[in-house]
Amino acid sequence: MGGVFRRPVGAVRAVDGVSLAIRRGQWLGLVGESGCGKTTLAKTVVRLWKPTSGHIYFDIPDEIREEIEVLESQAKNNSKLASLLKQNDLTFFSGSRLHSFRRRAQLVHQDPFTSLNPRMKIKNIVGEPLRIHEVLSGPAVKTAVEDLVGTVGLSSGQLERYPHQFSGGQRQRIAIARALATKPEFIAFDEPTSALDVSVQAQILNLLKDLKKEFGLTYLYITHELLIAESVCDYIAVMYVGRVVEMGRPEEIFHAPRHPYSQCLIAATPVPDPKRRVGRIVLPGEVPSPANPPPGCTFHPRCSRATKECSELEPELKPISGDHYVACFHPL
Amino acid sequence: MEDLIKIRDLTVRFYTYEGVVHAINDLDLDIRRGETLGIVGETGSGKTMTALAILRLIPYPGRIESGSVSFFDKSTRAEVELLKLREDRMRSIRGNKISMVFQEPGAALNPVYTIGDQISEVFLLHRRQELGRQAKQRVDSLLSNGSGPAATLKRPFWRWQSRIYRKIAEGPNPLEPRILSHIPVFRRLLWRLRDEARLLTVNMLKDVEIPDPGRVAAQYPHNLSGGMKQRAVIAMALACSPELLIADEPTTSLDVTIQAQMLELFRRIKVDKGASVLFITHNLGVASEVCDRVAVMYAGRLCEVATVEEMFLHPMHPYTKALLEAVPMPGRPLQTIPGALADALNPPSGCRFHPRCPSAMPICQQERAKLKEVSKDHMVACHLF
Amino acid sequence: MSDWKLRARQLARNPLSLAGVIIISIFIIIAIIAPLIAPTPPGRSDPYRIPRDGYFSQPQPPSEEHPFGTTEGQYDIFYGVIWGTRSAFRVAFVVIAITVLIGIILGSLAGYFGGVIDEIIMRITDIFMAFPWLILAMAIVAAIGPSLKSVMIALCTVWWPSYARLIRGDILALREEDYVEAARGLGASSRRIILRHVLPNAIYPTLIMASLDVGAVVLSAAALSFLGLGAPAGYADWGQMTEFARNWIVGPQSDPLKFWYAVLIPGLFILFFVLGWNLLGDAFRDIFDPRLARR
Repeated sequence: MGGVFRRPVGAVRAVDGVSLAIRRGQWLGLVGESGCGKTTLAKTVVRLWKPTSGHIYFDIPDEIREEIEVLESQAKNNSKLASLLKQNDLTFFSGSRLHSFRRRAQLVHQDPFTSLNPRMKIKNIVGEPLRIHEVLSGPAVKTAVEDLVGTVGLSSGQLERYPHQFSGGQRQRIAIARALATKPEFIAFDEPTSALDVSVQAQILNLLKDLKKEFGLTYLYITHELLIAESVCDYIAVMYVGRVVEMGRPEEIFHAPRHPYSQCLIAATPVPDPKRRVGRIVLPGEVPSPANPPPGCTFHPRCSRATKECSELEPELKPISGDHYVACFHPL
Repeated sequence: MEDLIKIRDLTVRFYTYEGVVHAINDLDLDIRRGETLGIVGETGSGKTMTALAILRLIPYPGRIESGSVSFFDKSTRAEVELLKLREDRMRSIRGNKISMVFQEPGAALNPVYTIGDQISEVFLLHRRQELGRQAKQRVDSLLSNGSGPAATLKRPFWRWQSRIYRKIAEGPNPLEPRILSHIPVFRRLLWRLRDEARLLTVNMLKDVEIPDPGRVAAQYPHNLSGGMKQRAVIAMALACSPELLIADEPTTSLDVTIQAQMLELFRRIKVDKGASVLFITHNLGVASEVCDRVAVMYAGRLCEVATVEEMFLHPMHPYTKALLEAVPMPGRPLQTIPGALADALNPPSGCRFHPRCPSAMPICQQERAKLKEVSKDHMVACHLF
Repeated sequence: MSDWKLRARQLARNPLSLAGVIIISIFIIIAIIAPLIAPTPPGRSDPYRIPRDGYFSQPQPPSEEHPFGTTEGQYDIFYGVIWGTRSAFRVAFVVIAITVLIGIILGSLAGYFGGVIDEIIMRITDIFMAFPWLILAMAIVAAIGPSLKSVMIALCTVWWPSYARLIRGDILALREEDYVEAARGLGASSRRIILRHVLPNAIYPTLIMASLDVGAVVLSAAALSFLGLGAPAGYADWGQMTEFARNWIVGPQSDPLKFWYAVLIPGLFILFFVLGWNLLGDAFRDIFDPRLARR
């Protein structure tokens, strides 16, 4: 899946010209602080929100994508282009196409305390996707729900309960069960553990690992905690104020970050190791709001390596080695 | 290091419709002067309640059942039993000698008052006499240096003001200024107090590293970012140079890079102001960054107390060990703790952690372990020791 | 479900809620056993016509035959207020049921779909709300002809906007909730989302307002009847009885409170009915808001 899109809401560029590709079976981590657009990106990818411009391709062969690009660069108002887009670009899906897409891609929300309908029983919450997509009906739904609930580590005896009777971790498991109901291929996670305790977080992460292996899933995992991303993801993209500033494999990003922001992010992340206190790089200033981003490279006001160039031009995401990309004029 | 706060046998229970919740059980804890003590725990551990108990802010339907919280007041050189204090004496301690910073800076700030006004309020409340003294000095200098027709006209007002401020500076809650403050027009005579408070406020904002403090003081909370708001709240808390600053998860709602700035600020506060800090967090990394000693709590009980190095390099309590292993660290697989957090209404008997403990013994189910000193300044409550 | 038991227990602990429950229960019982305690005299077909004992206009004080006395025209007050309980319930429930239904339909459409639909519905609502309710109600009743039915129609017309507004507001808020977004992400249709996700969560504030409104509806109906625009003379309705007592509120100079029973007794029935429903509405709010119900 890949795409380039921008979503201005009023004058806010929540996501500004982001291109990403997630391979099947990959666990992509999207790391960033508040306002960087990661939640917007996730929700747009599963078409909860519509992108303002750009393309999202879900499981489309490269040839078709290339054909679209060629036709677009010709800038002709082509009926062939329009029909290709309608068929293949998620942005233009609607009606039954969108409906079938929803079976294949799901999103797990950040806050387990608000993502479940407080007046629905668990069995109905988890069974709803099955009913919506008419996958099963009647008693078959009940069995399927019991299975799903068991897969996420809850007992079927709790099916008659309401969400407020469960803890945060359990509620998140219910949300995950709901996401798995239609046997999707892709799940986006919006900071699923940030509202949970450390021990519960570990349980959920391990659950996600097991589920991924068992069902062959592809994950887009959003988090603001670099440590989690480093620990579980296959590939990491670091975002800052609507743009991807660095992409690469976790070991590379963590041990040899090339973008100054990534370096600061890593240095700022507290680790329970008293020996690591010395030599911190404390980043001055505030995280800019996406409504008013600094010109040029959005990071330049806080960057120790910034030059005049950085305040005027926007750096492009370029490969620096293998699959390691950086968007910076003066990478480390 | 001497003790600032001694908590002994503290028990707090909540009487809810669903049953009795044992928020804190027989807690023994010392906070030493000048140290940053961290309390680490997950939901239901009782860490927030401990902080609220010290300040006697436990909300209904909670009740402090038993125990003592002794506060060694440096200024009066007296030991004060906080739990038995009269409410008005307690109020003079809150915000003044012991102050608190909460998790959500937006919630702690009143949206209809400017930042400056809110911080000034602390000064006006607790440092009124000093403000009165300063104000009187200013008026007196006007009286002695003033010249010209304008000065002659204003002289009687200045004399009146000088007298009022003298009264304020002398006694607690003097009569004349108090009456005046209730009469709308004459209330304005007390404006110098506000002025003096404002000066102190701007200094305070500078101390917490807020850029352009004069301008920020005139702004409203919604104009500021999360990090700035939290700094403002910290400024409010530190205004009267408290002996103890309690911080309940102050960085949890902030971005990582802002959190780093905040932790740096906390480290500086300790050095500059010499205040003790009780730092409550669920994040072990944060605790290791900013604390001198760390206490780990589980289900209302203290598991282990040790210095930061000791705690993270040689953890002894099985819960502490498990917690450290559950933190995602590069290059190490995630270890989970089996089971779920102890049910607040129906906690396990004996040691609360025993159902999940890999080294549980039969005795663990029957009785809880007492805190024992296992090595230098390292105390553990576990039957293994 | 232990959840409901919990809330019922909570209800019982609050003395005001308990008072509300008791008061309304008493009224319900009165309404049910009306034929027993105030039997219709034989030969009458309509139990709602209050029996008259003569044609003398001045009200008579309570006596053995007429436990609450008689009002102008010698209508038995006791009979009137007992059967008036039934009328009160009927008027209240019919009006509330219809207005809530209209409010739900219009409010959901306006709130969920927004845009042009919202604008149109809200402007219609505005038009209705712009009228002073009493004048509008009076005009409607006058146009149709005074009777309890026209009172009900008039009140429905005047009352529905507030429910439409309330529900629209709730839905606007609920529309942004995470679980609604999650339902959309699952592929749920708008109809499904409204019926299964939004409305069940929006309904409780409406129910609370409805129970608080029962009292207001009865008061309004009584006001209209008092003005002579409601039930016909001699009909068993509290408002109607106060209309009878209109000329007798103040007695002769020597004894101004001579005819207290004519006004006070129907008035007290109205008062306690409204009070009971208000308390009950507060109690409902405590039960139905799960967040408040904690602790």
